[in-house]
Amino acid sequence: MSTQEQAVVHVHRDDIGSRMGMWLFLFTELLLFGGLFFLYSVYRFMHQADFHVAAKELNVLVGTFNTAILLTSSLTMALSITALQRNNKKLSVFFQLCTILLAVAFLVNKYFEWMTKIHHGIYPGSDEYLAMESGRRLFFALYYVMTGLHALHVIIGMVLISVMTRFTVRNVITHDNYVKLEAAGLYWHLVDIIWIFLFPLFYLIT
Amino acid sequence: MDNDAATAANDHVSFLKYKGKYKGIRSWILSTDHKRIGILYLMALLCFFALGVTFGFLIRLELLTPGKTIVEPQVYNEFFTLHGVIMIFLFVIPGLPAVFGNFFLPIMLGAKDVAFPRLNLLSWWLYVTGGVLIIASILMPGGPADTGWTFYIPYSVRTTTNVIITGSAAFLLGFSSILTGLNFITTIHRLRAPGMGWFKMPLFAWSLYATAWIQVLATPIIGITLLLIIVERVFGVGLFDPALGGDPILFQHLFWIYSHPAVYIMIVPAMGVISEIIPVFARRTIFGYKFIAFSSIGIALFGSLVWAHHMFAVGMSDTGQFIFSFLTFMVAIPSAIKVFNWTATLYKGSISLDPPMLFALAFIFLFSIGGFTGLIQGALSVDIHLTDTSFIVGHFHYVMFGGTGMGIFAALHYWLPKMFGRMYNLKRAKVAFWIIFVGFNTLYFPMFVMGWLGMPRRYYDYLPEYTIYHQISTVGSWILITGMIIMFTNLIQGLRKGKVVTERNIWGGETLEWTIETPPTHDNFDKIPMISTPPYEYKQNETEELPEEIIH
Repeated sequence: MSTQEQAVVHVHRDDIGSRMGMWLFLFTELLLFGGLFFLYSVYRFMHQADFHVAAKELNVLVGTFNTAILLTSSLTMALSITALQRNNKKLSVFFQLCTILLAVAFLVNKYFEWMTKIHHGIYPGSDEYLAMESGRRLFFALYYVMTGLHALHVIIGMVLISVMTRFTVRNVITHDNYVKLEAAGLYWHLVDIIWIFLFPLFYLIT
Repeated sequence: MDNDAATAANDHVSFLKYKGKYKGIRSWILSTDHKRIGILYLMALLCFFALGVTFGFLIRLELLTPGKTIVEPQVYNEFFTLHGVIMIFLFVIPGLPAVFGNFFLPIMLGAKDVAFPRLNLLSWWLYVTGGVLIIASILMPGGPADTGWTFYIPYSVRTTTNVIITGSAAFLLGFSSILTGLNFITTIHRLRAPGMGWFKMPLFAWSLYATAWIQVLATPIIGITLLLIIVERVFGVGLFDPALGGDPILFQHLFWIYSHPAVYIMIVPAMGVISEIIPVFARRTIFGYKFIAFSSIGIALFGSLVWAHHMFAVGMSDTGQFIFSFLTFMVAIPSAIKVFNWTATLYKGSISLDPPMLFALAFIFLFSIGGFTGLIQGALSVDIHLTDTSFIVGHFHYVMFGGTGMGIFAALHYWLPKMFGRMYNLKRAKVAFWIIFVGFNTLYFPMFVMGWLGMPRRYYDYLPEYTIYHQISTVGSWILITGMIIMFTNLIQGLRKGKVVTERNIWGGETLEWTIETPPTHDNFDKIPMISTPPYEYKQNETEELPEEIIH
């Protein structure tokens, strides 16, 4: 595998290296969220009853729906890579667009979910928020911060995939050079995996 | 070793004169050449260092007499915050990896560039943006953060200064540091020259490898912590604010989970530099190569598990304190292994006291003092007496400045002639060294004494009995700065008008950077070298090279 070191090579290309770099970056993303998961576990331990009560205020149906959307988007992402590997550019672009669309659907859902909370007066700084028991308040603080940071990652992922779609259309990404698309795919799966942890922690454990 | 001078086929212009896609300043700030990026870092770094030194100087000046000497308490608080933030995030952390790591890591591995050259440029831009933001926080209304570089909550949520700007600057600098680390890990895994197994890598590369892992694994935690301060200030979510039910101690945990390993991000590359310099100037093969290599990894590993020794006074459980104290003692082992191996390398060597060697020896001396005083504070009972006194200030300046700072100065004297092809004045460099050495000890040693006697750190005012120590210390800062001015003028003059060096192996080193041209060409190597011997073989002064078709 170490044949890319020839003295005459002009364009350096190392797919294994690129993947390795991407995985390292994903580690850092996991650790970024790791800090928040750490806070969650400590605060949950300290305020078990309050967390229990607060979690009931979240809409499990909306959460489940969003989980389904995000899982499907991971599937379409994987399919777009497979399609490209089989040299079917059109199908790959189609699946990439599907992924972006599903991401938008996720965010729209999230928006309405947040808005409902805000209408009920549950947001940092509101009178109701300040009047809560501290455990319940911490639950919602974590809820907003963690799903907010996650939503930010969804947006970054969407932008990333859009760029990849453009690359695919312009043949920068092709069936024998698709490591960029793969990296974007890895990123998207990370966004998915983090949600897979957020969903039970906030919606299901009551 | 001029053994491959015959191959003058492709254009042999040095990287300094190489003509790429861009012209003028853009050929630098948009260059993806690891050598140019290293120099970009160097220039930015020295500017920020000058700024950091200025704030340090002003702190010392204020402490010359009890009560007000030059500024009000608020300004004094801003001074020590800026001094800390600038020195840590802009100077010591990126100091060796970003400047000399960028420049020499690929060369030492026998590669043409790092694994991700464009990412490398991006990390420089992030670094500069972070630096500019910090300067912006000084100029904007509200003034720079006055929380100390530790941003402890709740004060960092209450203060009206520009904590958000300073915090986001530190976030960007952390991002830049992560990208450098990620780049180096991939480079070391993927771009070693054929034949260079892990144990044929130079020790500087090993130290950068260990450092890079800490950068990648620890920095995200400070990222989220700083983000949370910003969120806390903007939205008042209450995750840490005790008034809203949050726990400020948790903030300290998160902060130190990064910031203690960060101390090793700062010191380990310097240890790598020392491991390069000692064998060259003692003309001996390094003693205990594998021990030095693995001790870097050991430091990275243990160093990640000791963060709570910064918090012995906040009220943790006794078991927790005991474990963290024990692990703190454990970290001393890999550090001591290095020191013993360096001294063993010196033993019976033919030592030449050139400027790089002087700084390297100063490193060993000062770092040992810093290390031992660290152990004193690792002991639980003693730490209760010493915590938050100027003893700790003395300790970390001995480690960070006496260690990493001397490591950076040593690296400057060792590698700058190679980078620019001009030599500085050796005699003046030695004079500067001695002034720095004397100034350093005059500045920081009294801090141990007054800290032991109970002088708290970060205080604006003090009792009259501490005056003498503060005054000795302040005079020391003047001596130290004088020495540094002489050193930097000498280096800069050397680069501009110094004797031209074209000789490849300036100091008689055995690593790959001494086999290529001075200054290096754009591609570093005419042919990618084939490695068959360990990096420090002082008996057989030959580097073998194979024709280019021998690549399996």
